[in-house]
This record gives sequence, structure tokens and C-alpha cells, in this order.
Amino acid sequence: MRDILAPLILAALCLPQPATAEIGKDRATELEHMVIQDCGSCHGLTMRGGLGSPLTPAALDGADPDALASIILDGVPDTAMPPWRPLLTEEEALWIAIYLLNREQD
Amino acid sequence: MKRFLAAAALALLPGFGFSETPCCATGDLGLIIERATGSLLVVDRSDRAAIGRVEGLGDLSHASMTYSPDERFAYVFGRDGGLTKVDMLTHEIVARTIQAGNSIGGAISDDGKLVAVSNYTPGGVKVFDADTLALVADIPAPGKTIGLADLPGRRFIWAVWDSGEAYLGDFSGAEPVITNLGHIGKNPFDAVVTDDAHTYLIGLFGEKGVTAIDLWDDTPKPTRFLNDYGKDKEDMPVYKMPHLQGWAFTEGQFVLPAVGQYDLLWVNRETLEQVATTPVHGQPVFIIAQPASPYVWVNFATPRNGVVQVVDSRTHQVVKTLEPGKAVLHMEFAPRGAEVWVSVRDENKIVIYDTRTFEKKAEIAAQAPSGIFFTARAHQPGL
Ligand code: HEC
Repeated sequence: MRDILAPLILAALCLPQPATAEIGKDRATELEHMVIQDCGSCHGLTMRGGLGSPLTPAALDGADPDALASIILDGVPDTAMPPWRPLLTEEEALWIAIYLLNREQD
Repeated sequence: MKRFLAAAALALLPGFGFSETPCCATGDLGLIIERATGSLLVVDRSDRAAIGRVEGLGDLSHASMTYSPDERFAYVFGRDGGLTKVDMLTHEIVARTIQAGNSIGGAISDDGKLVAVSNYTPGGVKVFDADTLALVADIPAPGKTIGLADLPGRRFIWAVWDSGEAYLGDFSGAEPVITNLGHIGKNPFDAVVTDDAHTYLIGLFGEKGVTAIDLWDDTPKPTRFLNDYGKDKEDMPVYKMPHLQGWAFTEGQFVLPAVGQYDLLWVNRETLEQVATTPVHGQPVFIIAQPASPYVWVNFATPRNGVVQVVDSRTHQVVKTLEPGKAVLHMEFAPRGAEVWVSVRDENKIVIYDTRTFEKKAEIAAQAPSGIFFTARAHQPGL
């Protein structure tokens, strides 16, 4: 976990390291913006929940990043959680899952 | 700016009554929600200028507000359950309470005495004294409450996402009287009262259709319509829930957003029959009627949210497509319709258009702006 965390923190500080091998710094900044703004419209800007469930690290409680990534890609049928596959690659969804699990709480 | 300074200076002088020095009126002011920074930008509509900023309002994603009848105070409903009363003249927070864990919107009673807030967690409606923000009533609900609106006679109406029921609350007597109006359909996502307070229209997410409740009826009950719109097409993902506050009512029609379709649906107000469909640029979010005109303006859900379209309610045709910039979140008209203010979140600006020429009149810098609220809303039922 530590190995994944470190680059993520660096990316958050906008240092020129990619969050994972596949995702460049610019895209990571875009993804972070997307999580806060677009996911935030249902989950709250601080991820404490709204129409969508809370997505704070505490609420996600160490969930498997791959499982979260697949929820993000395919949505939750019969709920308001839409599939993001048309807009995100699998690597990007995994990046978001890891980002959500390790966000600093404000 | 001059007026803002003058107001601030006056506020510093003890005992210097505003009644003796009518320097400041609020009728052409407004507030813009700066959602990421939890602040409000105070704007002067006539000067097309920002004249101040109010900070410290918490999580303002999905925030909305309503105004006191004298247009002096704004009541701001924040996502984090914060209810904040803001003075439009001094640009100060005069009262603030964190009244729930998570809230979605609110309304003010027709007499301006009560402010009601619609909450997600715990679900329900809380009612406050508009003066002091002291709690007056706490009405629990079996889930997330949505679509809270005021009705004449100190009443409010709302719906519950989880249970699919609507409720009418009468707060005119000593004790509130709450009436369950019955089942309205699966997962109502938002609702709105028509400008004449005749119909409560409820949009459904969990199934196709819209529900109407005739509020002029002695025993209001739900009626379903538009049950099979877009049935020959596959639904697309909805990346942002449509908002119904601006549902437009023009030319004897309601115009409604199709959920999961890039369409506007036009419905005859009397018969509730669909009369037309307008294909548009994306998933409609706000559809707002331009006052004193046959036109409605539409914005769209992410990722197709860089565009605004103008549609003629007589022909149901798109007559203009504008590109104000990245992430258009809201539009607010000058009360007589001459201008529209458009918030462009990702470009940190408000763009002002002339509604007749579509000419850009001005831009105002704002931090990640979302909702725009002019004080003229104080006099519109349902807002
Ligand atoms: C239109 C509203 C909406 C948007 C936008 C939205 N979500 Fe959701 N999301 C939901 C809802 C509702 C649920 C709860 C589904 C359920 O009941 O199981 C959910 C659930 C989730 C879950 C599962 C949480 C858990 O505890 O199992 C994850 C992860 C998630 N969303 C991530 C995201 C991400 C990332 C984005 C942005 C890319 C996003 N969501 C955007 C509505 C939304």
C-alpha cells in the first residue's frame, strides 16, 4: 500500500510524478478536479455524501481498490450511480479508487 | 463598489439608522455561490459588478438560497447542513446554524416568517424562525427529502426520494399539520411548484414518468404522466441530476428534462399529454424560461456542459447555441428578461448575455461559481 500511496501524495502536491505508471500529471490533476466537482455533485464536495453515499476513507473503510474501480466503471444498477466507463479508462478508475481511499480528510 | 464602501462605512457608525440615509437598496443585488471556497459573491446587477464577498459558509456544493420579503436577507442552504442568514447590505453572516448532517435545499414561507430546510441525513424537514433561526418544528421523514417548496398560507410541500411519497405541511396554526399526499413514484429526484401554485410537478428517477399534484384540489392527489417517454431509445447514463426549480412553463406547456435522454419534453398543461420533443445537446439540467419571451434556456450535465441552448416554445426548435465556457452550471435572468447571467465553473467567471442579441455584455470573475440568485426571487412563489 505504501508504494501506491507515495506517488499519490506526490501527485497531490503537483510534483511532476505520475500517480501510477499509466497516468500523467496533467490527467491526474483533471481526475482530481473531476472527483471533487462531478462526483461531488452527488457525493458532496468533501465526499461526505449527498444523493450518493459518503466516499470518505473512513466510509470506504479499506475497500478493495479494484472493486471500487469496477463500481466506478459500471455504476450500481437501479441506483443513481452512473457507469463512468464512457469517460474513464480502467487505469483512471483505479487511480480514482486509490485517490478516494487515501484522501486527506479536511 | 462605491455603494459597498458606503454601506460598510455606515455599518461602522453606531445608531446611524438606514431609514434616515436611504443609501442602499437591495432590489438589483444578487448572490453567487462559489462552491469550492464556501463563499458568496455579492453582485450588483445594474452595474454588472461584484461588490463584495461573504466567506465561511462551509460545503456549498448543491447549495441554494431564498430571500426575505424585504430583500434584505438571504438564507443559504449548504450541503453540510448549514443554514446561514446573510445581510445583503453589510455582506455579513448574521446567523448560522448547522441543523443537520447533510441537506439539499430550502424554502421561505409566503409571509417570510418561517424558513424550512430539506435534509438528507437525517431525512426530514426542519422549520426555523426566519428572524433568529431558532428551531420551530422538526418533521422526520422515511428518507432523503427533496423538492421542498412554499405554498400560500404558511405551507410547505416536499417529497421523499426513498419512499416515493409527497407531504404537505401546514404551519399556519399552533401545531404543524402534516398530510401524506400518497405514493408519487419511485425515487423522486426533484420537484417544483408552478408559478401559479396550481401544480406540484415531481420528476422521477427510479421509473419513467412525471407526477403532478393539483394543489387547488381540496384533496390533492398524485397523477402520473409521460409514463413511456423515450421508450424506443436506450437510456444514457445521467452524470448529473436535472434540477427542477427552473422548469419552464410557457405557451400553455410544461417543458421537462427527459432523464437519460438528450431531449426536452413538452407537455400540454391542461391535458398532461406530450405535445413535442426537442433533441438537444446533452442531458438537460436546468430549463429556464426567459421572462417576457417565448424562449427557454437549457444547460447540460457533464461532460457536455460547455454549451447553453435557447429553444422557442412555439416551434420547439433550438434557435441558438452558445458556448460560454467549460462547465456551465446555472443561469439566472434579470427579472424582466433583458439579460441572462451564466456561471462558468471551470473558467471562474460569470458571463452576461443580452437575451435579444446574444451579445456578451460583460464578464465577472468568480471562484468556481455555481448558483446565481437575484434578490427579485423574494417575490416569486416557489423560489
Ligand atoms: C448522479 C449521482 C452520482 C454521481 C454523479 C456519482 N455517483 Fe457514485 N454513487 C451514487 C449513488 C446513489 C451511490 C449509492 C449506490 C447504492 O445505493 O449502492 C453511489 C455509490 C458509489 C460508490 C460505492 C460506494 C460504496 O460504499 O460502495 C463509489 C465508489 C462511487 N459511487 C464513486 C463515484 C465516483 C468516483 C464518481 C465520479 C466519477 C461518482 N461516484 C459519481 C451516485 C452518484
